[in-house]
Amino acid sequence: MTLESSSRPGRAAGSPAGEGETPSPAGGPEDLLQESEREPGHPPRQRTPVVAARRPGSWRSRFFRLEARTAPYLYISPFFLLFAVVGLFPLLYTAYVSVHQWSLLGGQGDFIGLDNYRRVLADRYFWNALRNTLSIFLLSSVPQVVIALCLAGLLDTQLRGRTLWRMSVMLPFVVAPAAVALIFGNVFGDRYGLANSVLEAIGVSGVAWHTDTLASHLAIASMVNWRWTGYNALIFLAAMQAVPRDLYESASLDGAGRVRQFVSITVPMIRPTLLFVIITSTIGGLQIFAEPRLFDTKGLGGSDRQYQTLTMYLWELGWRVRDLGMASAVAWLLFLIIVVFALVNLWLSHRAGSLSRGSRRTSRGRSRRRTPAPPTLEAP
Amino acid sequence: MTRRPGFLVYGLLAAFVLGSCAPLYWSFLVGSHSRSELTSRVPPLFPGGHFLANAQRAIEAVPFWKALGNSLIVSGTVATSVVVFSTLAGFAFAKLTFRGRTPLLVFVVATLAVPTQLGVIPLFIVMAELGWVGSLWALIVPGMVTAFGVFFMRQYLLDAVPDELIEAARVDGCSLLRTFWNVAVPAARPAAAILWLFTFMATWTDFFWPLIVLPASNPTIQIALQQLQSGYYVDYSLVLAGTTLSIVPLLVLFVLTGRQLVAGIMQGAVKG
Repeated sequence: MTLESSSRPGRAAGSPAGEGETPSPAGGPEDLLQESEREPGHPPRQRTPVVAARRPGSWRSRFFRLEARTAPYLYISPFFLLFAVVGLFPLLYTAYVSVHQWSLLGGQGDFIGLDNYRRVLADRYFWNALRNTLSIFLLSSVPQVVIALCLAGLLDTQLRGRTLWRMSVMLPFVVAPAAVALIFGNVFGDRYGLANSVLEAIGVSGVAWHTDTLASHLAIASMVNWRWTGYNALIFLAAMQAVPRDLYESASLDGAGRVRQFVSITVPMIRPTLLFVIITSTIGGLQIFAEPRLFDTKGLGGSDRQYQTLTMYLWELGWRVRDLGMASAVAWLLFLIIVVFALVNLWLSHRAGSLSRGSRRTSRGRSRRRTPAPPTLEAP
Repeated sequence: MTRRPGFLVYGLLAAFVLGSCAPLYWSFLVGSHSRSELTSRVPPLFPGGHFLANAQRAIEAVPFWKALGNSLIVSGTVATSVVVFSTLAGFAFAKLTFRGRTPLLVFVVATLAVPTQLGVIPLFIVMAELGWVGSLWALIVPGMVTAFGVFFMRQYLLDAVPDELIEAARVDGCSLLRTFWNVAVPAARPAAAILWLFTFMATWTDFFWPLIVLPASNPTIQIALQQLQSGYYVDYSLVLAGTTLSIVPLLVLFVLTGRQLVAGIMQGAVKG
């Protein structure tokens, strides 16, 4: 039962738990030796040999001053250059393309204002794709988060062979979505698939996994769940291990059983991580592509687009219909939908937080630090 | 701590792990039977003897070795480049003082929220202008440094290297680049390994972007898989033998480095 150092207040967002906490020493290089020896947790450092003493006014000190001024910008420039070219520019340029006629082969055409958006919004396949995406997203993310939470609860015990269990749970994550789609496409085969064979063995008639809308969504959601549940469980587990163990002790003294402790202590305490997982899986879920694309051979999402998602619709418009203008309009609409969803998630969780009792303690201090994408950056 | 797990916990976990392995076993199973065996209604439970023959057919049906080589080149290059540039930038953000550091860092973090996947159309146009559509450059260059990597390395280096060590190196006459090399790089090694692994896997498993920019003759492994099942009649013993083969490289990497990967996820939840 350890009350880890992480329960100490005042540590900045994002510093690693436990190790690496350096009490700031008074200063000079003499302290340094002790300092580095005091921390066995760190990898061995190479000691830098004395090259030359710094003499003011020498060419070396001039070089140092110049370097101190320019080098940091040089070091960070690759990111900014690349982001400008492949991140920011495309995003803005998408907006530009979306208000033009633009074909894949012919290139830029006339400016047509919001016409592409109008055409997309009038297209029934857009709404169909939106419905499919939301349905698949809900079918995958809800069970996924619930199962991952329970799984993390199971892993957060004094297991024998802990690392082995964690690795096994994580195994599906290394299988690429394309491979997952092919395997599950076979398992959910309409005639000779494993799923239908099992169903028929227990007396239920086979399901038309590739033609029935709901069934196909279930099949695709199961691919997503299979690949991501274990991964999310490990993220939850990391957060759970930071919950102070004395909370459980006092709860069990009060007569709370394990399930009760899990619901009333563990889940509220890891709320920031829960929120992070929900938001990232929303962003990922709304962009789902490989799994439905490879669920059948034609790649259009079923004979009547029963499982065509928004990203598939974008791909179809851009690289089949070859209308990059309309495809760009879809890209921006998808972006807006994702933003709206992220905001709704945030709002919901804040409401849920202000309603539930245990959360007041959670929302500040140590557990805040556990938020994976910290909203508060430590001022450097 | 009185939370010693009982039989039920192990049982549930084992059931989950079996469920995780089942599809992989199924893939191998189907891949190891001949086409005619599969048309019998009862699915076989034990591997047949045709895996190598099916795998051979899969390898001949698509440019398999070329795809494997492409995937290795792209994933390896991208992962290495992300680690190099992210460590440099992370070091600057964590340990060097310069004008505009805070706003620039906030900007980096803000870009994490922009789904770059949605910029595919202009990115495709840019690549077409550069003449890179169809070549591996179109896959490598856009991924060479990521905001996540920069932030990840910055968070790690913040605590892994004491400021005093860097000052001492400076006093001793080290240039910044040398300080970086001799002080920051050795300290950053564990985080760099994790970042490398995750970037490698993410690049290896990507499907959307390679599908757009690569032609059928020069695929990555994921695109080659897609080609396997194109056509009217799907030969599943062929498709799943190829799928099983394609899974092997990452599976090997996972067996070798799974411990670090798990540690990375557990840490990533903290530092993301």
